[in-house]
Amino acid sequence: MATTPMPRASSARIHVNVDGVDHLDEVEPRLLLIHYLRDRLDRTGTPIGCDTGNCGACTVDLDGVSVKSCQVLAVQADGCRVTTIQGLAGPDGAWHPLQKAFHEQHALQCGYCTPGMIMAARDLLRETPDPTPEQVRDALEGNLCRCTGYQNIVRAVLAAAAELRRQGAPEPRGQAADVPQASGQEAPA
Amino acid sequence: MTDTTGMTEQARVREVGRARTRKEDARLVTGQTTWTDNMSAPGLLHVAILRSPMAHARITRVDATPALEREGVVAVFTGRDLAEGLGSLPCAWQVTEDMVLPDHPPLAVDEVRYVGDPVAVVVARDRYAAADALEDVWVDYEPLPPVMDLEAALADGAPLVHAHKGTNHCYTWPLVSGDYESARAAADIVVRRRHHQQRLIPNAMEPRACMVVPVPATGEYTLYSATQIPHILRIMMALTTGIPEQKLRVVAPDVGGGFGSKLQVYGEDAIMLALARALGQPVKWTESRSESYQAQHHGRGQIQDIELAATSDGRLLGMKADILADMGAYLMIITPGVPLLGAFMYPGIYKMDAYDFHCTGVFTTRTPTDAYRGAGRPEATFAIERTMDELAAELGLDPLELRRRNWIRHEEFPFTTVAGLTYDSGNYAAATDRAVALFGYQDLRAEQRARHANADPVRLGIGISTYTEMCGLAPSRILGSLRYAAGGWEAASIRVLATGKVEVITGTSPHGQGHVTAWSQIAADALGVPFEDVEVMHGDTRVAPQGMDTYGSRSLVVGGIAVHEAALKVVAKARKLAAHLLEASEDDLDFADGVFTVRGSPEASKTIQEIAFAAFAAHDMPEGMEPTLNAEHLVDPENFSYPHGTHLCAVEVDTETGAVAIRSYVCVDDVGRVVNPMIVEGQVHGGVAQGIAQALYEEAVYDEAGNLVSGTMADYLVPAAPDLPDLVTDRTETPSTSNPLGVKGVGEAGTIASTPAVVNAIMDALRPLGVHDVRMPCTPERIWRAVRDAAHDKAENSRKGDAS
Amino acid sequence: MIPAKFDYARPQSAEEAVQVLAEAGPEAKVLAGGQSLMPMLRLRLSFPELLVDVGGVESLRGVREQGRELIVGAMTTHHDVIRDPRVRMHAGLLAQAAATVADPAVRHRGTLGGSLAHADPAGDLPAVCLALDATMVALGPQGYRSVPAADFFVDYLQTALRSDELLIEIRLPMLGDWGFHYEKFHRTAQAWAVVGVAAAVRRERDGGGIAEARIGLVNMGPRPMRAHLTETALAGADATEEAIGRAATMAAEGAHPPTDLSGSAEYREHLTRVLTRRAVLAATGAAAAGAV
Repeated sequence: MATTPMPRASSARIHVNVDGVDHLDEVEPRLLLIHYLRDRLDRTGTPIGCDTGNCGACTVDLDGVSVKSCQVLAVQADGCRVTTIQGLAGPDGAWHPLQKAFHEQHALQCGYCTPGMIMAARDLLRETPDPTPEQVRDALEGNLCRCTGYQNIVRAVLAAAAELRRQGAPEPRGQAADVPQASGQEAPA
Repeated sequence: MTDTTGMTEQARVREVGRARTRKEDARLVTGQTTWTDNMSAPGLLHVAILRSPMAHARITRVDATPALEREGVVAVFTGRDLAEGLGSLPCAWQVTEDMVLPDHPPLAVDEVRYVGDPVAVVVARDRYAAADALEDVWVDYEPLPPVMDLEAALADGAPLVHAHKGTNHCYTWPLVSGDYESARAAADIVVRRRHHQQRLIPNAMEPRACMVVPVPATGEYTLYSATQIPHILRIMMALTTGIPEQKLRVVAPDVGGGFGSKLQVYGEDAIMLALARALGQPVKWTESRSESYQAQHHGRGQIQDIELAATSDGRLLGMKADILADMGAYLMIITPGVPLLGAFMYPGIYKMDAYDFHCTGVFTTRTPTDAYRGAGRPEATFAIERTMDELAAELGLDPLELRRRNWIRHEEFPFTTVAGLTYDSGNYAAATDRAVALFGYQDLRAEQRARHANADPVRLGIGISTYTEMCGLAPSRILGSLRYAAGGWEAASIRVLATGKVEVITGTSPHGQGHVTAWSQIAADALGVPFEDVEVMHGDTRVAPQGMDTYGSRSLVVGGIAVHEAALKVVAKARKLAAHLLEASEDDLDFADGVFTVRGSPEASKTIQEIAFAAFAAHDMPEGMEPTLNAEHLVDPENFSYPHGTHLCAVEVDTETGAVAIRSYVCVDDVGRVVNPMIVEGQVHGGVAQGIAQALYEEAVYDEAGNLVSGTMADYLVPAAPDLPDLVTDRTETPSTSNPLGVKGVGEAGTIASTPAVVNAIMDALRPLGVHDVRMPCTPERIWRAVRDAAHDKAENSRKGDAS
Repeated sequence: MIPAKFDYARPQSAEEAVQVLAEAGPEAKVLAGGQSLMPMLRLRLSFPELLVDVGGVESLRGVREQGRELIVGAMTTHHDVIRDPRVRMHAGLLAQAAATVADPAVRHRGTLGGSLAHADPAGDLPAVCLALDATMVALGPQGYRSVPAADFFVDYLQTALRSDELLIEIRLPMLGDWGFHYEKFHRTAQAWAVVGVAAAVRRERDGGGIAEARIGLVNMGPRPMRAHLTETALAGADATEEAIGRAATMAAEGAHPPTDLSGSAEYREHLTRVLTRRAVLAATGAAAAGAV
């Protein structure tokens, strides 16, 4: 297998499912996933806020985990399922509990960070259905908001978590989310 | 916080004062947004801008030929190419007669004056091709010396930003009241401090973008721009580009935050119009975040020398403030005026006899400065509140007690301050008492003493900020007296449609503030219609032709009042028509919950919806009455409003590493009557977050060559959720007497209040260690150095003491 | 910002990847999780002619045990490293430090191998692997090659990997009975470590003194480094605050830390001493309890 020369391509054919719709496209390898979504597929619900991967406004779900779509190439999404903020509502248009909670808790002002915030929070709640406020803050460390000071965002994520628990067990994913702590609990003698 | 309509058989619940969830949210939480960069148009071309990599240089040659030969490139323009059709970018605030106002070409022609100054534009068929072609526009620069230091820039023989102007001195603006020298002479104590207001980058989450769609056949242009000021932008673009104002439509679609950064007439807006005119095709430009750090104006950037003169029992006699303000390379829309917006607020909430303020604007080879949340008032409030704490420390007084001895008492309002403003209302004692109670002030003081006694490496500090600000820009006559080019009125019109539904058109231009919801509440109350029946339209000069837009915590106080007054006009007209139809006298009609009733005969009534249809049909109108139920109102306020509050902050400072952790933060704000408490709380949260960010994290750092070192979001530390505390918020309510709703404004309060609260807390923690100041942002290293140097000084002094 | 043009290859095996790297020469760049490379491409600080995306090479993912070694595939994401029970049992320091890398979305993409091959001295994981005495296994046209961590990090953003070599896996000695602690000091949650200290400590069997300590330093020079003098001072030392504090005063010896936006060299040296004391104290406490 390793004996035939590897093809190096200046364009690539990709097959991506975005919010339930299959797309087949020819793209330049350098095309960012976010530009593919916005400029090629007109899925403009996910915005771009930076060029260094700091702000998280462009967060989407890629095959079950949150990613920053400005830090992923469209070619890397070949064969993947992408879920954006526009694919979150139920088939009847019913909002996801996070969308509802962000609205009810006034967790958005200008709303530019909101799609990314909601997608990042959704990722948290799949792994950690009953997070502490501190866990919520830590889980959102890659998503910047300039309007809210985050307080109502934390409140909304906790409210959505409670609602999701009330509705039944959220989809499980991976292991428990707790992260290894420092193993030293007590001061030495 | 229920969301029911409240329209039942029972009396209608008043909308004003309810925590209504926002109408704006539905689109925003589902991604059905219209950010400018989401937009397209047939034949759209994409623009990329080449910017100067040099802080200061002469452009000796620009060669665009290689770029033009690239695939997908349509055109390349240099400053010289566009110079003919484009005037200088406007500055609307000639603060003094002799202010130096340099030309500001949207694209540099001969000289670049900051890193990021636009030099050439590439137009291409897609954004990737445009970005690529930038690398093939070749520019030769002959370096000129950068001008980076405010004080050095004013020295004789300093290199000049604008050589032909002969000086870096832009203006000096005085505000003198009373006799400060006498006050100083009479004082028992004079405290003098220098404060540095670092440069900040506003960082609205949506970067800037603009798109222009021309109609070549008619010479019409639509400019879609991520702006806070579509109305002002339209006028300024007409003047800059020569496109007749009536042919120019400006739309602010969904705008992702502003904080002043989109209160601007940017060169890119003018460039896009010029390109659309030259090419006859739609063009769009969207900046990247790193580009935005150079291209959008910065905020703050001041050096403040502050003097407080007081008696030994802590009574303030006078204040002196000498300010050096960094203009950056050019004067943009209100660059020179920002310090003036603060000038009146340095005396804060305190009584004193004399005030001597001078501000000097200085040109440097940096990105221009302009309004950033608070615009002048955070700087002023920081100066007085930080220096009050220093005075308290020198007098050995509790900083709260010092404030109590000097603040304007509730019964003294309206009160004309030493700076000449008349504060309409306030109750500083009530807000402070509430904050102290929520904070647990005495317990924290006790813990602080214990930690000090134990020489705990982690110290506790308490910071106080008792602020006020002026909101509601602004009485036009005051703006005129300050030589601002325009007025400060606001417009609203209301149409009650044939079906009884309501359209409110506002001249404010929200970008996160929730005007659609709040204005609906105001209109629903005044008209007696359901909240849901009201639609609010804004941000498009064709839909809302008049307005002065959104900034300076003005929207509710001016624009909201305009909505209220327009609604009252609608009701007045409806009353006339109802009286006519019910064959009753106007004076005999009661109006409640949207129904006109003849007093004494409750069966004789008309709803406002019925009246609206009657006015639409116009079959039976009183003599001289025009059809349809509409009204328009323009408000020009008589006075500003003056929200105030008390913020208390407790910090823990790790003296080993210099790390600061905010342990608790209480804010009690008095923003007058509240239309929507949920929105008000959100404004406080966000405002405080930005103020904390100035105190602890953020700074636009330049090196000596004039490069922006904190040039990306990876280097400029915008705080994330783990970096900010949960706030305890509460309110007192002292209605404003400046407007009929008693509202004051809240957009900037948190930002103004919080920065000095945090820094005062840090200083309060470190003062026992001999630390007297830490510059903002109070980074761990700066704190560690201050603690170390103080310890060193102490050791040195005791060594000297031993020796003697 | 938008990356400059490049060609793209997505090999399905490590051998294919090495072949394409060999054919392309030094202008090729390996794309692992993109955590560091994507921002550099977007800011046009990196201009590869060919991007070799090894995201499709399944054999590079996952964790397994082999004898007394834990083997982590180079393309194992931070997210998976943090949650892997074997990593948590045998190399808890790595899991703890990986949890401080960037943010959850980035940790879903970013990989251990990518972080090591990028060799940013401000990165958390190079110093951790150095402290753990990891061995890097690379595949080149001539076959496999093992490089001890001490030789792997050559200079700022430079490793011992040749342009035709691919990092395959990271071999970590199992240190299940060691105490550990990663002490990261940063100005905001998103910011790089001003300084980080990764400490692993083995106590004497009787729960008494310190038998052995390994300390890796983040951002204290052009490459990650060990605090050797402190390690030596700790070997055989009492597990007391005083002894640990004394040893920690030597932690910055031999370091050449940078002066940049987040701190001066002098401050970094000071921080290193403070954080080393804290990290070793924390790690020692755990070792005493014998728990992980």
